[in-house]
Amino acid sequence: MNGIKRWSKTTKSNIITYGIVLAFYLLIEGLLAGNLLSNSFQGMLVPVCAYVVLAVSLNLTVGILGELSLGHAGFMSVGAFSGAVLWVILEGKVPDLVGLVLAMLLGGVVAGVFGFLIGIPVLRLRGDYLAIVTLAFGEIIKNILNALYLGVDASGLHVSLKDSAALGLDAEGTLIINGAIGISGMKKISSFTAGIILVLVALAVILNLIHSRAGRAIMAIRDNRIAAEAMGINITKYKLMAFITSAVFAGMAGVLYALNYTTLAAKKFDYNTSILVLVFVVLGGIGNIRGSIIAATILYILPELLRGLQDYRMLVYAVVLIFMMIFNQSPQVLAWRSRMGQIMMNWPVAQRFASMKQGKKEG
Amino acid sequence: MALLEVMNVGIAFGGLQAVSQLDMKLEAGELYALIGPNGAGKTTVFNMLTGVYRPTEGDIFLDGKNITGKSPTVINQAGVARTFQNIRLFDKLSVLDNVKIGLHNQIRYSMFTGILRLPSFREKEADMDFEAMKLLALFDLDKEAHLPASSLPYGKQRKLEIARALATQPKLLLLDEPAAGMNPSESEELMHTIKQVQKQFGVAILLIEHDMNFVMGICEHIFVLDYGRIIAQGNGESIRNNPKVIAAYLGGE
Amino acid sequence: MEFLSYVINGISLGGVYAIIALGYTMVYGIAKMLNFAHGDVIMVGSYLVYVAVTGAGMHPLLAVVLSMVACTLLGIVIERLAYKPLRGASSLSVLITAIGVSYLLQNLALLIWGSTPKSFSSVISLPTFHLAGGSLTIPGITVVTVAVSAVIMVGLVWFVNSTRTGQAMLAVSEDKGAAQLMGINVNTTIAITFAIGSALAAVAGVLLCTAYPSLQPTTGAMPGIKAFTAAVFGGIGSIPGAMVGGILLGIIEILSKAYISTQLADAIVFAVLIVVLLVRPTGLMGKKINEKV
Repeated sequence: MNGIKRWSKTTKSNIITYGIVLAFYLLIEGLLAGNLLSNSFQGMLVPVCAYVVLAVSLNLTVGILGELSLGHAGFMSVGAFSGAVLWVILEGKVPDLVGLVLAMLLGGVVAGVFGFLIGIPVLRLRGDYLAIVTLAFGEIIKNILNALYLGVDASGLHVSLKDSAALGLDAEGTLIINGAIGISGMKKISSFTAGIILVLVALAVILNLIHSRAGRAIMAIRDNRIAAEAMGINITKYKLMAFITSAVFAGMAGVLYALNYTTLAAKKFDYNTSILVLVFVVLGGIGNIRGSIIAATILYILPELLRGLQDYRMLVYAVVLIFMMIFNQSPQVLAWRSRMGQIMMNWPVAQRFASMKQGKKEG
Repeated sequence: MALLEVMNVGIAFGGLQAVSQLDMKLEAGELYALIGPNGAGKTTVFNMLTGVYRPTEGDIFLDGKNITGKSPTVINQAGVARTFQNIRLFDKLSVLDNVKIGLHNQIRYSMFTGILRLPSFREKEADMDFEAMKLLALFDLDKEAHLPASSLPYGKQRKLEIARALATQPKLLLLDEPAAGMNPSESEELMHTIKQVQKQFGVAILLIEHDMNFVMGICEHIFVLDYGRIIAQGNGESIRNNPKVIAAYLGGE
Repeated sequence: MEFLSYVINGISLGGVYAIIALGYTMVYGIAKMLNFAHGDVIMVGSYLVYVAVTGAGMHPLLAVVLSMVACTLLGIVIERLAYKPLRGASSLSVLITAIGVSYLLQNLALLIWGSTPKSFSSVISLPTFHLAGGSLTIPGITVVTVAVSAVIMVGLVWFVNSTRTGQAMLAVSEDKGAAQLMGINVNTTIAITFAIGSALAAVAGVLLCTAYPSLQPTTGAMPGIKAFTAAVFGGIGSIPGAMVGGILLGIIEILSKAYISTQLADAIVFAVLIVVLLVRPTGLMGKKINEKV
């Protein structure tokens, strides 16, 4: 039947997406084995995976749910810090791989809880207000983490927002988060393989979510909230589902990113990071998950490779961002594009091509 | 007991009383029309019945249960579905997916079944496809099932809205100007389809329509609204000859 | 006395927020868009004043006027090139474009002027007032800021209510389509709104940099967002609301810094925004807008 044929088409598209990730992995592994990659390139492999997961998860909020979140770095940050604290406590006590998995799970859960707590009030708002409040939450998280001191001793965890002395740790105690300085002296345990696995897990969950009953409900809310309500769809439930899923993966990406370095500071996850991820999403195509992967990878690696471009990187992004929005969203430009499309279709060659395609479809 | 009972319902926006002292009684499976001049408050009545607006006075009962002031989601789940005067489709979704959204609460599986692609996922999706295609066929939309909803011509978009609303398996279907923008032959065809839907699904239908031939052709009972009040009700013949109705339409006293 | 001087500092900062918020609120009320780049126009205005005074040796007042003119043009150009093509597109698209413009301005400034903070103090110096036997000091800039923001607010209220252009703005903010049918040129009206907002941004930039004499490409971003908070606080679209919201927010920020924590002051300001939006999304002086079904 028709419906089933359609189904296999989305499955096919998903398989291509997974295939691209795997091919990239094999290519890089091959290059690594042949010792063909520079140190600085090798250093980018884990962050690239983190940014791909961030972009894919933000696209769930922006492209599928249709709400602009400017606080994605905030979820990344709470995930990174909770995962890193757990790792500092567990380091040496469990195998590295177990530590990484546990840290990621904790980071995901904590970010998900924040997504829930922030989502309940925020998702009542719409459009611009929602965007600005997510930005505000992101900044609040950054400010608090910047002022946060956390230590552990025999009597348990100690927390303060003042200074390390206020923690009142005993002589044996260790300071884990040192305010704006953050966490230092961690053992690096993230790896490219772990990063690719996280990318694949995030893709599987998000793509399967989109192409299911829940995903349809989320997209219905995006396309027409009032009609979705009239169809009996629980708006709050599905908005939260998308928002929390997005936050969970941002948190896990944060852990992956954090455990790739020996130090971790809150200032890394500021508004600019949120915007950078948004740039990846927009340039890859809003709502286009595969596009997010490709855009995040290319836009992250390219400027690092072309050293001369570094200074102009954000400038170029900004120009391309504005251009893309106008090209894809401006009513006049869209009308012009469809007119041009019509003209092209009227060319004899194009008509023959179209009829060929048509024949193939029906055959 | 009547399917829907509207008792003394009114709504005011700021100081403006848009609808007042509204009393309506609808029986299960019957076909009703709500007519009246422009600005009489017909769509406002629909918005109150479906929970978009909360009435400032009075009560609405569906199957004896008070649904006054409940959310649109809850009211739909209770059995009231609607279409919109200014079409509200899920533009970027396919025609098929639009109807499958209507089936959201009829055929269910959990988020995790979907994410983990458990066996029941395939089964339930196939059920949904089957039910949705059946509805689309009824409205002659099955060939367009995989096109984006926004690419349909106007008349078909209206029909898709009806198919989508019907998918929620309502007891009461509210149609806001279903024939607007259709040519006479399309509108004639729609009349038959609506009649068929009423019989086949046993659903009560209340429709707002300006096309009097349409209304008189299929509705057993007509409510006439003017300045937010019911000024007459009854069968087509009695409405046609009611002096108050004639005055309202001709703009007399 | 200490408390009072904090409040005075707060009013001073709040006056700057108020002027920025006035720009936000007018653009939001009329073009129905959050002009994210507004804060960055402030930064551009400040750099222009800095360059004109320290580079070209221009008289400060003349430099301010020049900067206002340049920012007005900048505002019109931004509106024309980036926002006008997107009229009628989703608010998501417009917002992302505005973020793009904000980034563009910041990175252009970074390329032109570099990231090293410029000290702004040499541009304008004002005497300090001593009251209550010297125990209470009021910096000259505070007096100037409050006076300027009050004059601007009164001027704007008069302009909107008493001139043809102002009336056209009100009409466009109520209903673009209807305004167009009444013969109002919507595009021109929106362009004028951007022009006014951007000129105000230049003024705000000078006042901001005189009070906090450190100028960087990112200088405008945070005050911009906070001023938007102020505009929402006061009720978006309301001119007196922007003024009240700005001053209250300035006081809240300074008192938080003084009595709670310097590091958490921003967090407190943003918490105010969140609470206001959740409890009273229309702000202190805004009006409710119903969605049409």
